[in-house]
Amino acid sequence: MNLTLRVWRQAGPDAPGRFETYQATDISEHSSFLEMLDNVNEGLIEVGEEPIEFMHDCREGICGTCGIMINGQAHGPAQSTATCQLHMRSFSDGDELVLEPWRASGFPIIKDLVVDRAAFDRIIEEGGYITVDTASAPDANLIPIPKETADFAMDAAACIGCGACVAACPNGAAQLFTAAKIAHLNVLPQGQAERYQRTEGMVDVMEEYFGSCTNMGECEAACPKGISIDFIATMNKDYRKAKSQNRRSS
Amino acid sequence: MTVLDNKVPDGPIESLWDDHKFSMKLVNPSNKRKFDIIIVGTGLAGASAAATLGELGYRVKVFTFHDSPRRAHSIAAQGGINAAKNYHGDGDSVFRLFYDTVKGGDYRSREANVYRLAQVSNNIIDQCVAQGVPFAREYGGLLDNRSFGGAQVSRTFYARGQTGQQLLLGAYQALARQVKAGTVEVVTNAEMLDVVVVDGRAAGIITRDLVTGEISRHSAHATVLGTGGYSNVFYLSTNAMTCNVTAAWRAHRKGAFFANPAYTQIHPTAIPSSDEFQSKLTLMSESLRNDGRIWVPNDPDETRAAADIPESDRDYYLERRYPSFGNLAPRDISSRAAKIVVDEGKGVGPLKNGVYLDFADAIGRLGRDAVADKYGNLFDMYERITGENPYDVPMRIYPAVHYTMGGLWVDYHLQTTIPGLFAIGEANFSDHGANRLGASALMQGLADGYFVLPHTVGDYLAPQLGQPKVDTSAPEFDAAEEGVRAQIDGFLHTKGTRSVDWFHRELGKIMWDYCGMERSKVGLEKALSEIPALRAEFESDVRVLGAADTLNSSLEKAGRVADFFELGELMCKDALVREESAGGHFRVEHQTDEGEALRDDDNFAHVTAWEWTGTPAEPNEHREALDFTNVKLSTRSYK
Repeated sequence: MNLTLRVWRQAGPDAPGRFETYQATDISEHSSFLEMLDNVNEGLIEVGEEPIEFMHDCREGICGTCGIMINGQAHGPAQSTATCQLHMRSFSDGDELVLEPWRASGFPIIKDLVVDRAAFDRIIEEGGYITVDTASAPDANLIPIPKETADFAMDAAACIGCGACVAACPNGAAQLFTAAKIAHLNVLPQGQAERYQRTEGMVDVMEEYFGSCTNMGECEAACPKGISIDFIATMNKDYRKAKSQNRRSS
Repeated sequence: MTVLDNKVPDGPIESLWDDHKFSMKLVNPSNKRKFDIIIVGTGLAGASAAATLGELGYRVKVFTFHDSPRRAHSIAAQGGINAAKNYHGDGDSVFRLFYDTVKGGDYRSREANVYRLAQVSNNIIDQCVAQGVPFAREYGGLLDNRSFGGAQVSRTFYARGQTGQQLLLGAYQALARQVKAGTVEVVTNAEMLDVVVVDGRAAGIITRDLVTGEISRHSAHATVLGTGGYSNVFYLSTNAMTCNVTAAWRAHRKGAFFANPAYTQIHPTAIPSSDEFQSKLTLMSESLRNDGRIWVPNDPDETRAAADIPESDRDYYLERRYPSFGNLAPRDISSRAAKIVVDEGKGVGPLKNGVYLDFADAIGRLGRDAVADKYGNLFDMYERITGENPYDVPMRIYPAVHYTMGGLWVDYHLQTTIPGLFAIGEANFSDHGANRLGASALMQGLADGYFVLPHTVGDYLAPQLGQPKVDTSAPEFDAAEEGVRAQIDGFLHTKGTRSVDWFHRELGKIMWDYCGMERSKVGLEKALSEIPALRAEFESDVRVLGAADTLNSSLEKAGRVADFFELGELMCKDALVREESAGGHFRVEHQTDEGEALRDDDNFAHVTAWEWTGTPAEPNEHREALDFTNVKLSTRSYK
């Protein structure tokens, strides 16, 4: 199949950007989307043009590195699919595709389709963990955890930290990411001791970098792991409690 | 040739590690902050080591070339992590896990290390649960287990099909906690390009900032590499695209011996490649073999759809050849068995390059929902990639390079042959012998990082109390930085005609054809003449566009591929001198009448550790003898 790509090119964080048009020719429908881009890049190198920089690594939808806005959709048209797992059979011969980096002020552009998502690490550093020193843990089966609770925690913990939720959000909000991280730990018995400090700390840091949530729901639709916006409700509930509880204890 | 001292203490294996921990030197809590430690890599091994050393009070600086520590390739491990908890009372024990691992490794691993690994396996599960890792549970709330290849007990803990992700997030979170506490500094987008050795000791590293191109120097009292394996030397593998050998290889060039490079693991269940543009292969977890049955049609000219082929026309070749382990035969054996039937022309799929992994029986027995509950996300992943629904048609699978058992040689302290330089996780060679059992990589990464290295580093550092770390203005740092800059300039000024990827693909083909699932003297000698020729072409004809002072992934990759060329040559050399078949190393000249691997314990019960001499074709060979006093050497049988 043959496609026309309009790709955002930007030489560096402070350089002006622009769309460039490239042709992707003779692409197999079994190729992945990123293999199609590899192919275009090989062609660019052949004619002496710098290849398009894009984010990718595991190419199996788990490392969370990849992410491209494809025709205005974070990770493209397929549901619950990261860019790297998108295959060309999702497109048709002759399609024109517009490729842009994640668009959010919390994710500054580094080059072409590559953005800086370090703000996510800052959120985790503010309490996205359970305090337990190595070698101090009791036997793993000491506290039974109901299967439903473990499954709920796992549903939240499945987040791969790709940032599609932020990119898809008209407000550039990071509620879905932060809520998933908080819910994973807050629901477990091990996570209770630091529950409210964690919630307040992480939410406050999130707000330093990202926009506010207005319940649009775009994040859930874009999430390659199908993380539910119900977690945002859980986070908000805990945040309200945290605000009053932490005020009392400080 | 020298015989290497593995520094394994004397004594009964059951108490060896505990006794040794008592005899090792300690650093007083208030003195720990006087020591700087560099860790390279933030996978399970690197992140867990950094977090633990930070907790202990050392000043830790950890480097990753990813944009976040959480992206390291450990995250992609699907199936699970082994531990000898015996929660199911099915006869498991530390000794059995030790025994299975030594046997699974085809008797080419170091007993003392493996026993220690089995011992601390239980602490790992405790640690991870306390961190909030959401392992699968039974309805009563206790932890669930499943079986993996090479074991007859259920000892594998798992978190759906994302165990590696959950364990890495646990270690990453522990690391984030130390960042907050100020004991650990994480440097992202930083690739290590050289180790600096001063007076025979590791003094620090040189890194390149992948975003700005800035080259910088870092010194410390000890340096730890947790930089993973080298499967990507084959170009197509299940590793992430940026996995590479550069950190380990540059350490090798500075004097660290490289052990058993030929021991590579071909995983039996990956999705077969679909066309020539394929950039990587995707693994389907080994756990699928618990319920999936592997078969091919009896007739190479079979044209019917899988469901229409009657039982009598199917060959369940693993169940037939290995009745007691069946579909759960170890990885090396299952992979080669698949190659044999595909080479006979019985392969399935449009390119006839796969075998069926069929869940029809399991769905009939357990119901579709129960199968979905266990493997749903893996089935979804399969469908996304192939466009076929594995609930309705069998999966097609074929072996793919997945893991490398070889790596930097380390002693019992996980220290390389350069004092002060340690290697942990997949980057070292120590625990898996010639073949790794499923669900043991995560175990080893976390064992090294959480429970072994933090003790042994202390023993190295204690005598250095009061000594400053080497100043980064030392001439050795100048020389190392100059070397790094010269290589980068060289790539940008070659201005050849072919891309880095083109060379990588060509190298990968040579490696897969001659140093893959089967090796022969003739093939390896051919590879040893083709690789240097291709490398010479790479050096004179590679085209790297762009500049050094910006994000430039072609430039990054050029350095990694240059190292793969040298490593590839060493792998072939190692495979050539090992005149036996063991685990993942199968020499066609050394097999039984039934086509099984034939070891030569009289001549090859040793580790081969290679020393860099400056010329890739002429490495020096050294050996470490392997003594088996607790496990009896026998022919591995899974029949």
